[in-house]
This record gives sequence, structure tokens and C-alpha cells, in this order.
Amino acid sequence: MSGGLYSMDQHDFDQTLDLKNVKPYGDTMNDGKTQLSFTLPVTCNDEAIEAAKQLMKKMGFENPQVVFYKELTKGFTFFNCYGSCSHTVDFTAINVPKVESTVWDMKETDMFVKENIGRKITVIGASTGTDAHTVGIDAIMNMKGYAGHYGLERYEMFEALNMGSQVLNEDFIAKAIELNADALLVSQTVTQKDVHIKNLTELVEMLEAEGLRDKVILICGGPRISHELAKELGYDAGFSMNSYANDVASYIAQELHRRQNK
Amino acid sequence: MRTSKLGLDFTKVDEAKKLAGNIADDVQKFVENYTTVSVERTLCRLIGIDGIDKNDVPLPNVVVNQLHENGATGQGVLYYIGNSMIETGLTPQQLSEKIAIGEYDLTKAKINNLDEIKAAIMPLVNEGISKIKSNVAKRNDYLTNLGEGAKPYLYVIVATGNIYEDVVQAQAAARQGADVIAVIRTTGQSLLDYVPYGATTEGFGGTFATQENFRIMRKALDEVGEEVGKYIRLCNYCSGLCMPEIAAMGALERLDVMLNDALYGILFRDINMQRTMVDQYFSRIINGFAGVIINTGEDNYLTTADAFEQAHTVLASDLINEQLALLAGMPEEQMGLGHAFEMHPDLENGFLYELAQAQMLREIFPKATPKYMPPTKFMTGNIFKGQIQNALFNEISIWTGQGIQLLGMITEAVHTPFMSDRYLAIENAQYIFNNMKNIGDEVEFKQDGIIQNRAKKVLDDAYLLLSEIEKEGLFNALEKGIFADVKRPKNGGKGLAGVVAKTENYFNPFINLMKGEQL
Repeated sequence: MSGGLYSMDQHDFDQTLDLKNVKPYGDTMNDGKTQLSFTLPVTCNDEAIEAAKQLMKKMGFENPQVVFYKELTKGFTFFNCYGSCSHTVDFTAINVPKVESTVWDMKETDMFVKENIGRKITVIGASTGTDAHTVGIDAIMNMKGYAGHYGLERYEMFEALNMGSQVLNEDFIAKAIELNADALLVSQTVTQKDVHIKNLTELVEMLEAEGLRDKVILICGGPRISHELAKELGYDAGFSMNSYANDVASYIAQELHRRQNK
Repeated sequence: MRTSKLGLDFTKVDEAKKLAGNIADDVQKFVENYTTVSVERTLCRLIGIDGIDKNDVPLPNVVVNQLHENGATGQGVLYYIGNSMIETGLTPQQLSEKIAIGEYDLTKAKINNLDEIKAAIMPLVNEGISKIKSNVAKRNDYLTNLGEGAKPYLYVIVATGNIYEDVVQAQAAARQGADVIAVIRTTGQSLLDYVPYGATTEGFGGTFATQENFRIMRKALDEVGEEVGKYIRLCNYCSGLCMPEIAAMGALERLDVMLNDALYGILFRDINMQRTMVDQYFSRIINGFAGVIINTGEDNYLTTADAFEQAHTVLASDLINEQLALLAGMPEEQMGLGHAFEMHPDLENGFLYELAQAQMLREIFPKATPKYMPPTKFMTGNIFKGQIQNALFNEISIWTGQGIQLLGMITEAVHTPFMSDRYLAIENAQYIFNNMKNIGDEVEFKQDGIIQNRAKKVLDDAYLLLSEIEKEGLFNALEKGIFADVKRPKNGGKGLAGVVAKTENYFNPFINLMKGEQL
């Protein structure tokens, strides 16, 4: 551990923050210090450690250090490493598509709906396809909500139906038609082999075939879903981690209002 | 005299068990009058019917579908197969192959005398029984000669979707110290009304449970067990629409642990409650006979309901599950009753409440092998904090002497575990289990302190809940959403069409043979 980590000669670089060239921060501006861990499918020996270092150099790390290694099983070696990242990003040129709405709490949203929509908004939600995870859709829809954010069922001006998990896209659409839903919420947790993309795309295609796509606000959510991905797949909005019912509710209220006044 | 570190009122515990017993008896009255398509397919498997037709439909399905379409399921598949064996001189396997190509109809054969039918089928029944017995003997041999890990058993999952890749991961985990390897099933398998056939290499979030996959993994774990010098247990899932079938396959391939909980299927997979209660009964008889530890799914309640407020529902459900398992002839040692460490990490004194509940479960089910589930709901992707959450969970387990420790993964909520995630989880548990080994023997709890009062409160609440369920009956209680805030109608959900009332000549000799012959 001695030497590299505490070496002073590593600090002879420009230590002013330059937003056009941002790199990781360890304990000094622009030191680029990064921690990472990975497993290589090789037996644990000196060559394996050297391989890890060379790989880090290829990843753009200067002064790569292997601080811990362990053979997990024959032929697989695990590494904890540190290095100084040589790459930078231009922070000033970044543009992330975001859901364009003001985030309100439950009361504000209910008030807005009462005053501007004048009726309850009908929302149905489900974890669709083979996905059996309800944590996400429950967090947004169920009365109790999640982490102190009440779910849509608790909202006075929302009629919310949570269809649960493993709902087929066709059943989901049938329910949307039956209830004349204003907004559809699709939750996707399992993303292995991109099964969520296939499933989300299928829903859009089916809605288009039914001539329903423009009649509903279509939203997807899940830990690996971004607004950008949602837009790409033909959804109106996507909500990722750290989104709560009030984020979704205020968006739906404002989007519905915008559409009604177009 | 039972002693309690928690100052538990054992009179109340006994009363709670009595209430749970009444609830289970009431369910049992219903169960005994019915069979299901999956129970009948299980019987096919136990008398040696295996394989698929040209459309990949498993032959047990082919056979039972023929009965079901002819409204003959209530008579039972053994009745028809036994009868047709007399008529044709063919084996059950040969019969099912003829049925598969449309050349035979079990229901059109001339009916023989019932005693003769039974006599024709019994040799095959006994053969199935002795196959399972020899697996039990083989496991006991391993346990005697090779030994096993200390409790709490370290339980890890593999979930690559490819059984051959699972083998690599499972053997690695065993070398790192795992005692139980669970092969997670592919998403959605619980809703299939058949068991897929053969070795599989594609799955989503898990690997298909097939008899061939069981065989492949069993062999791999026996090999690595010899290498590391202890028996490695294999776990799979007999829940969903094929509960007893998978139990039978597990018994035939020497699985050691099975997830096996009707309540879980009802609440979280929307499986019809009548169907799955009937299925569960037979599956637990098989698991009991085959020496398989069952795991119940109470931990899942807490992924939807609040772990602090709803702790008593876990205990109530464990009490009911215990009684249902006893009715199926299952030894207490094979009951892996479920509970979980799922309180919000920000909860003040959360650790004390978790400790109280884990200790309580141990004292209420002293002979059981409880399965303790790790934090999942509040795992965030902050893997560093996650490692601490898992450490607290491990501390409680060694402190209170849990049976099976399902190791938490730092990448819970991120992805299915990497090989290194499993290594870090095992290292975490081994460190704590060794470093705190006898803490439970050394530390007592303050009288009327936070811990004792918490246990008392959870027991009181569970008692009240059981009194309510006893009045309603379990089916009605489930309709009202008594567990996990989930409501399920008695005639709703998947699989109801496969439930059939038994008719007069129905027979299933496995029930008596397996229940009478507890090993």
C-alpha cells in the first residue's frame, strides 16, 4: 500500500476545476482517482495481477494498482484496484432529457387536478410480461407508497388500479379500454437479456395497432429505465430509481392538462 | 420446562399453535376431497412415466390431459393406468407413448375389478417408493461419512439461466464455503402448468427447473462435495402450478431443500387457493418422505407490507404453515419456516426489533430449521452500505441460531449475483459466524426491555390475527387480504380448472405409504 497512494509526485497536475474537462476526484482536484473491482477468468498468479494492471491501462487508468486479489475458485481471480483516470468529460456540453414537469406533493397535485381537470384521473399500472416483481409498481401505486411518499391509491383525484405482476400486454390494454384510462404505468424490473425492451416495445406496438397510443399517457418505470430510453421506445416518460408516486402523479396531472389545452 | 430469553408466555404460544391447528384442520377437510391435474401428473412421474411427445408436451401432461378432457380426472390416473395395464399388458410408459400418438384412450378401456387394478399398479408404486428411499439413504450416507457445514447453513443462489454455467458458479460457491446452492427458476415458471423437459441453457433471471437440470446439478454438487469434504445441499422451488410434480422430481433426483408454500403462490403469483392447497398437501407429503427441508415464503410478505408493522403476519403464517406441514407428516426438523430482516435501515433500534423477532421464532419453533432471509427491500445499489446491512443480518442469525442463512448480496437490486458477490457474501458470513459464535450463549436480554417487549407484542398480535382467521377460515381470510395487504378471491387466480373432486374409486397409495413410513 505504501508508495503510490501517498506519493507526492502524483500531484504535479493542474488542480483547478475545469468543467470542460471533468475527471474523478479522490482527495485532490483532477487526481482522477477511481476504485474498481472485477474478476478475470484466469488462475491467480503474478501474471494475473499484471493482466489486471494492463487491462486498467487499456481502460484509461494511469498508475494502476491492484490492492487486493483473491482466487474465487480455480481459474477465476477477483481484484480490487485503484487508478487515476486519464479521460475527461465536457460537463458544459451535457444534455440529459428529463421529464418536463414540476414536482408537487400529493396535496398540490390533487388541488391542481380539481381546479384544472375537474375530474378524477384514471391510472392503471402493472408489472407486465413474465416479470414477477411488484416492488416498483407497488411503491408508486399502493396506498402506503414508499419511503414516506403515499401511492396513487391515496390520492383523492386519482382512480388507481394496480394489476400486479405478470400481466400480459393484451390484458393490460383490455383493462385500459374497459376503464377508459388516462395513463398507463408499466413497471419492468427484470432486464436480463433485454427482456424489458422487447416487452415494452410490444406494448407500444399493440397500443398503436389498437389506435390507442395517442389517447393515453404512457409511462414506464424501473431501476434500469431512464427517461431517455423510455422516449426512444415510444413512451411519454420514464421514471428510474429514486422516483416516487408524487413525481409520477404531478407529471400525469400536468401532461393531461397540457394535452387538454392543446 | 421451556425457558425463554424473551420471557415468552408459552401458554400463549400453545394456544396460538392450537388456533393454527384448527385453521389447518379446516383447510385439510377441504383438501382431502380433491385432486388436481398436477397431483395426477405427479403420480404419473412416480410410477415412471417420463419424456415428451413430438410437440415437447411432457408425457405426464399427455396422459392427464386425456383424463381431464374426458371428465375422468376425479377417478385418478392410477386407476386408469392400472386398468389399462391389465387390458394391454403394456407398462405405463408404453401406454403414455401410445396416448401421445393418439393410439390409445385410457377412458375407453374395459374396466376391471378394483382390487385387480390396485394389484397391477402396486409394484410400480413400491418401486417409486424404494427409489426415493434409496436417495434418502444415499444422503444419510454422505452426511455420516462426508459430514456437513455447521448451522446456520450458508445458502446462496445461482441464476445464470444456463444449467452448465450454473454448475460453474455453484461449484465455485461450494469451494468458497456455501452449504446450500439454490438454482433460481426462470421468471414465470411458477405459472407454467407443466414441467419443461431436458437440460436447458436459456432462462430469464434463472434457470428452468427440469428433472435433467436437477440431475446435472446434483452430480456437480456431489463432485464438489467430495472435493471440499462436506455434503452440499441442492435447493429448488416446488411452488406454483406444478408443486407436487417438482417435489416428486426433487425426491427422485435427491434435492435437499425446496421452496414449498401455497400461501406464497396465492399471494404473489395469483394462483388459485383451492388448487395450490391441494397441490401443497401432496407435495409436502413427498418432501417429508424424501427428507427434503421445505422453505416457506413468509419473508415475501415483508417486501410488500411493512416489516415492523406486519411482523405478526409472518409469525401467524409460520404457525399455520407448521400445522399444515404436520398434517402432511413432515418432521419438524424439515420445516424451514421463513422470516426476514427487512426493516427500514433508518428505524431507530431496528436491530433490536429484528433480534427480538429472530429469537422469538427460534423459541416458538425450537426443532425447526428456520430460513432467515436477508435485506432486499432497502438494498439500494450502495453496495458498501449493503455489505453492512448484510453484516447486521448475519449477526442476528448467529446470535439466535437460525437454520438456513440465505446470504444477502451487495448487488441485490442491481443484477443477479456475480461470482465475486457470492464470495464477499460468504466471507462476510463466515467472519461474523466465527467471530461471534457463542454470543447467544453469553448474552441475556433485559427483563421488560425493548427486546422482550417487542417479542411479546408480536406474539400477542399474531395470536389475535390467528383468532380472527380461525373464525373466518383461511380461504375467507385470504379473500379479505389478511397477508401482505394482498386480496385473492377463492374462485379466482390461475389453475382452478385443474381442481377436481375425487370420486368413489379414487386411490393414491403414496399418501399412506409416505406418511406411514417417515424415515
